[in-house]
Amino acid sequence: MPRCCNSPHFIQEKIMAKRVSDCSSKVLGMGFVPSSILILRFTVLRGPELIQKANGLHGFMNWPHNLLTDSGGFQMVSLVSLSEVTEEGVRFRSPYDGNETLLSPEKSVQIQNALGSDIIMQLDDVVSSTVTGPRVEEAMYRSIRWLDRCIAAHQRPDKQYLFAIIQGGLDADLRATCLEEMTKRDVPGFAIGGLSGGESKSQFWRMVALSTSRLPKDKPRYLMGVGYATDLVVCVALGCDMFDCVFPTRTARFGSALVPTGNLQLRKKVFEKDFGPIDPECTCPTCQKHSRAFLHALLHSDNTAALHHLTVHNIAYQLQLMSAVRTSIVEKRFPDFVRDFMGTMYGDPTLCPTWATDALASVGITLG
Amino acid sequence: MKLSLTKVVNGCRLGKIKNLGKTGDHTMDIPGCLLYTKTGSAPHLTHHTLHNIHGVPAMAQLTLSSLAEHHEVLREYKEGVGKFIGMPESLLYCSLHDPVSPCPAGYVTNKSVSVWSVAGRVEMTVSKFMAIQQALQPDWFQCLSDGEVSCKEATSIKRVRKSVDRSLLFLDNCLRLQEESEVLQKSVIIGVIEGGDVMEERLRSARETAKRPVGGFLLDGFQGNPTTLETRLRLLSSVTAELPEDKPRLISGVSRPDEVLECIERGVDLFESFFPYQVTERGCALTFSFDYQPNPEETLLQQNGTQEEIKCMDQIKKMETTGCNQEITSFEINLKEKKYQEDFNPLVRGCSCYCCKNHTRAYIHHLLVTNELLAGVLLMMHNFEHYFGFFHYIREALKSDKLTQLKELIHRQAS
Repeated sequence: MPRCCNSPHFIQEKIMAKRVSDCSSKVLGMGFVPSSILILRFTVLRGPELIQKANGLHGFMNWPHNLLTDSGGFQMVSLVSLSEVTEEGVRFRSPYDGNETLLSPEKSVQIQNALGSDIIMQLDDVVSSTVTGPRVEEAMYRSIRWLDRCIAAHQRPDKQYLFAIIQGGLDADLRATCLEEMTKRDVPGFAIGGLSGGESKSQFWRMVALSTSRLPKDKPRYLMGVGYATDLVVCVALGCDMFDCVFPTRTARFGSALVPTGNLQLRKKVFEKDFGPIDPECTCPTCQKHSRAFLHALLHSDNTAALHHLTVHNIAYQLQLMSAVRTSIVEKRFPDFVRDFMGTMYGDPTLCPTWATDALASVGITLG
Repeated sequence: MKLSLTKVVNGCRLGKIKNLGKTGDHTMDIPGCLLYTKTGSAPHLTHHTLHNIHGVPAMAQLTLSSLAEHHEVLREYKEGVGKFIGMPESLLYCSLHDPVSPCPAGYVTNKSVSVWSVAGRVEMTVSKFMAIQQALQPDWFQCLSDGEVSCKEATSIKRVRKSVDRSLLFLDNCLRLQEESEVLQKSVIIGVIEGGDVMEERLRSARETAKRPVGGFLLDGFQGNPTTLETRLRLLSSVTAELPEDKPRLISGVSRPDEVLECIERGVDLFESFFPYQVTERGCALTFSFDYQPNPEETLLQQNGTQEEIKCMDQIKKMETTGCNQEITSFEINLKEKKYQEDFNPLVRGCSCYCCKNHTRAYIHHLLVTNELLAGVLLMMHNFEHYFGFFHYIREALKSDKLTQLKELIHRQAS
């Protein structure tokens, strides 16, 4: 059953980089902002000294609210070719100047300490969810050892909360082992990692459910890399509290607006003369001021304002969604909320994807 | 619409245009500028972000080149382009071309003019042109005109004469069509002065256009590089001398601070604000000083800064070879330069824009180096505000007879 004291929260992705300017984000009331790409760039280009001179990441960005930084591990592996993982850390060649650098658990925490973000992540040995075999096990055990090294290296546990990242791929036994070990460590929160890659949704939800069932009830559960609206709602039901994803802002930059029934590809001709807002129920500045037709025209120009309009809307959509989720939980009607949500998104409960139906059923929520 | 001059100093006209807009209750200050837009939106800026800029002009410039292709949509929309783009409170002026994009020559005929949109060439006869304006319903619009002479080098007298003849013919036809349409009568036609670099033709164009019931005048064909402008400035005074005092004079293609002042001295009232946009696109921030009466300490600090920057500018100009960077003026700094990596100052000290109040040069540098869209947003906000502030100071200088000081200050900073 979904936990009544959850505070499901969507962390808008990597916003230092893909950031909506402060004035727009204040209107939307955003909380956390993760800065994962920043780590890679700064690690690669120079140490964290620049950020220290700027009064930490908060000072550099002039962001008065919370910040979450990733360890840089994921970017290292996914965005940089020529990287090599050893027990020491991740060794890679900088795409900017060709120099070799080692990102160790200690170095990652040191950088994050300098950045001063409110929540920091351990360096984990990231393996794609489509990988099978002994590599998965190796990565899982190494992540535990790296967690311990991160905890030991963490200089500011009173100011910055270090989260562990549960690994183990799609193997229930490995994941269970990881959960058992990592929960022995006294960390303020847990992330569920190694998912939201190329795995099937059926395997995905089972690993999420397994993870949440073994994580302490009184600490936040952060599901990394999720995601689409349906996934968010289902994973809240499974017991997750925090999420992050590039999807809403990335899809905005491709001209796609998120709505309760899915998305609108506003570049398409069908919206040329559609004079209504993206979503008449949405209170974001874009929907208050502009029509689909105007956005369609603007998207066909080279004025980047179009992308900003959609970014603002999509972020608002995510935030409004999570806010509605929270309200329904507090008002003890979350299952009804889920049924409404699925009904709007898929039309008919029977059209809801099987994996979602199964996942919801596993926590006692039936559709239709 | 009524233009009242407060004073005329050295050829510069200071005043107000009152009773503007469909409701007749808007006012514009002259000399002034228009908000530059692309497809009906300030570049990089949402409506919300635009509202965080101080001193946004009362009138925005739309371009037919970006809107003509949406003619059908606007016709069906019925409520006019102002509402369509989400700027119902703004005054709107519709020009033919986008001052930033060069116009390919060879597409004006006796019967039609072409504009260039993202989708390609849009050819407009007088009736198509007026039909489009009927759908747009702007407050002012530039009349269909033959401005091709300025696109080419070495134009024959015959061609120049033709540009004047054609433009007058288009004007008369447009005026006639306007008379037949209630909707079009709510808009004001701006007559276009052509004539290339031929004094005789310029005067003829001015005199003839002035005879027609236009609401104002657009001085076309003065755009180009700084050297060509110098030649043309001599023509400009003669042209404006032929125009009635009580109608506004706009100029197209002139937006640099030094050129703006030269044109104001020759009787021009309104300018386009595309210069701050060009500065933004090359990752630069306007930093030129226009406060001709700052406190002494500030002057010293700024002068030192300016001297520093001029020195660096000269050095860099010798080093840079890419086309984009060669256009950098000495009115701006290039935030991509390494030296800004750890510069935690605002773009301009004392600037009250959103960017300077909240962010540092180091941050903007970072955004540019990592290719983030936010760089454009923040730079555009600063550059527009800085530029609008410049125009405010021009008016103040005229009010208090300090134009010479302002001119000197700007001249010192022009490379």
